[in-house]
Amino acid sequence: MTADVPDAPTAALTPAALALGDDALVLSHRLGEWAGHAPVLEEEVALANIALDLLGQARILLSMAGDEDELAYLREERAFRNVQLVEQPNGDFAHTIARQLYFSAYQHLLYAALAAGDGPFAPLAAKAVKEVAYHRDHAEQWTLRLGDGTDVSHERMQRACDALWRYTGELFQPVQGLDADWAGMEAAWLETVGDVLRRATLTVPEGPRSGAWTAGAGRQGLHTEPFGRMLAEMQHLHRSHPGASW
Amino acid sequence: MATAAAHRTAGTRAHDAHDAHDRPDAVHDTAAYEQAFDAAVAADERIEPRDWMPDAYRATLVRQIAQHAHSEIVGMQPEANWITRAPSLRRKAILMAKVQDEAGHGLYLYSAAETLGVGRDELLDKLHSGRQKYSSIFNYPTLTWADVGAIGWLVDGAAITNQVPLCRCSYGPYARAMVRICKEESFHQRQGYELLLALSRGTPEQHAMAQDAVDRWWWPSLMMFGPPDDASQHSAQSMAWKIKRHSNDELRQRFVDICVPQAASLGLTLPDPDLKWNEERGHHDFGPIDWTEFWDVLKGNGPCNEQRLAQRRRAHEEGAWVRRAAAAHAAKHARGTTGPARTTGETGATRA
Amino acid sequence: MTDTDWPLWEVFVRSRRGLSHTHAGSLHAPDAELALRNARDLYTRRGEGVSLWVVPSSAITASSPDEKDPFFEPAADKPYRHPTFYEIPEEVEHL
Repeated sequence: MTADVPDAPTAALTPAALALGDDALVLSHRLGEWAGHAPVLEEEVALANIALDLLGQARILLSMAGDEDELAYLREERAFRNVQLVEQPNGDFAHTIARQLYFSAYQHLLYAALAAGDGPFAPLAAKAVKEVAYHRDHAEQWTLRLGDGTDVSHERMQRACDALWRYTGELFQPVQGLDADWAGMEAAWLETVGDVLRRATLTVPEGPRSGAWTAGAGRQGLHTEPFGRMLAEMQHLHRSHPGASW
Repeated sequence: MATAAAHRTAGTRAHDAHDAHDRPDAVHDTAAYEQAFDAAVAADERIEPRDWMPDAYRATLVRQIAQHAHSEIVGMQPEANWITRAPSLRRKAILMAKVQDEAGHGLYLYSAAETLGVGRDELLDKLHSGRQKYSSIFNYPTLTWADVGAIGWLVDGAAITNQVPLCRCSYGPYARAMVRICKEESFHQRQGYELLLALSRGTPEQHAMAQDAVDRWWWPSLMMFGPPDDASQHSAQSMAWKIKRHSNDELRQRFVDICVPQAASLGLTLPDPDLKWNEERGHHDFGPIDWTEFWDVLKGNGPCNEQRLAQRRRAHEEGAWVRRAAAAHAAKHARGTTGPARTTGETGATRA
Repeated sequence: MTDTDWPLWEVFVRSRRGLSHTHAGSLHAPDAELALRNARDLYTRRGEGVSLWVVPSSAITASSPDEKDPFFEPAADKPYRHPTFYEIPEEVEHL
């Protein structure tokens, strides 16, 4: 495992750097789509803060695997290694919050584990874990308010949690080069997320989280339909001017 | 910054003043207040929320601060239009941070307006129903990536020229908001300039893109200073109250003089054949501004008026259920909020 | 106030240890917890603070400008409260 070899060549880091970097890049992009559309001005500022944290993480991680812009702008859809959860469209604010809750709870556990180790991702994880703790808190605060707010918000939040549940099993597929207790993290995740949902008077979804009939092959480069469109928009300008600098 | 807490009492004061008209000594009271107000303004002292102020001064400030706040939040749209297409991750981060700042600046300004006794909801309502304006510049479209640079360099440049004097505005909360905003905005203009410079020095296609953007944004930027002094409705009174410190034409001239050498070092031209140095005046002469276009866009006939307002309204309406949910949650848990915080965030500041 | 309106909060920021909290501005939030988080995002996004207070605007009682004279003027004629009131021979140090 690379975690035991601090001076491992970049190539050995690549799969993990891409997995983590693509997660952060894609989620940041989705959050960036909220700019000018948030339900209240204060939330414009909050969502942008989270997006900027994630973009910062993405830039460091992608740079560990190569040139950040080449990786972001010139790879085809099948070469991206992010989980399918982060590429899901924003939907309404409830969907965005559910996606944030699921992902930030996972990312917090993973970065805490990486920060505690002495692998090549430890320095980044040590900084990022603080950012992610705030993201998780933000998602939790909103889950509580939407779940236990009005009948309308409760229903919307429940629907969002149910809809995205099927994308959560993939989070705990081991990533090559990351030394972590994946099963332990999954148990902790289920407990944390379950606790938040219950406090928000929501029902913990019961559908499948992994298996043949669920999603979950983003790490292998299989994505969902909306992702191609997202990339088309993101990459269009950069690709229209080959070799140009910006 | 704004002491919005005072707005209720400020409102009360205003009503007191009205009631006072019914009393025999009312005229005397108002005159004394007015004298104190005039003296404070003349002495360059700041007027603060709970001070007595003429109704027209309050109304002027509300109109101006609200319009300024609306401009910040509507102004997010043309730039946010490019966040998802920014051509490098560095540029993407910069643009996101900038658009976020605009939301923040809108918040500072609404907060300043609220010290005058109007709520943000009321102001947003006036924006959404078209009863209050925002800067016409944001009714122009961002058609290419270079427009993001042109907005930073020219639009933010014009805004800064306008705003720096507002840091000394006679109304305290507005002046303090502007100090904060100007400090934060200095990066906005620089990033725009840097973006255009990269394009200008890039491929021929990139250079052409930059020139095209400057060609389209130059004249609307000059219009941002408002109509010429002899046609400006509110200028004279605002100058007397020290809400405004320089005339429209004075600031416009200052902006032109700043831009000419900057354009040269960008390697771009400004689209005005009449633009030349006037030794005698010590300023640049420039060609006539098409005020018909200005009034047209102001009246709602610009390329994006409909679109900008529609998006604002949609975001507000689609967000209503979220705001309602949070308010309902707060009402249910009202007692919990005054007790110890239920969750300890990373800030550790809950018990500051 | 409609059911989608959020109350106003005043924000106080301690910019660094050793300084007191200073009024920074206001914002809207449905409750104290979100007010604190909104304040963090809005007023400290450039690292301007190490600690925050949020106070419901309705909880603030302010002195009125009309009371300015009775409130503050009596303090202006007590120069003996200030060290410059006292004449000390020049050669005396550390005083």
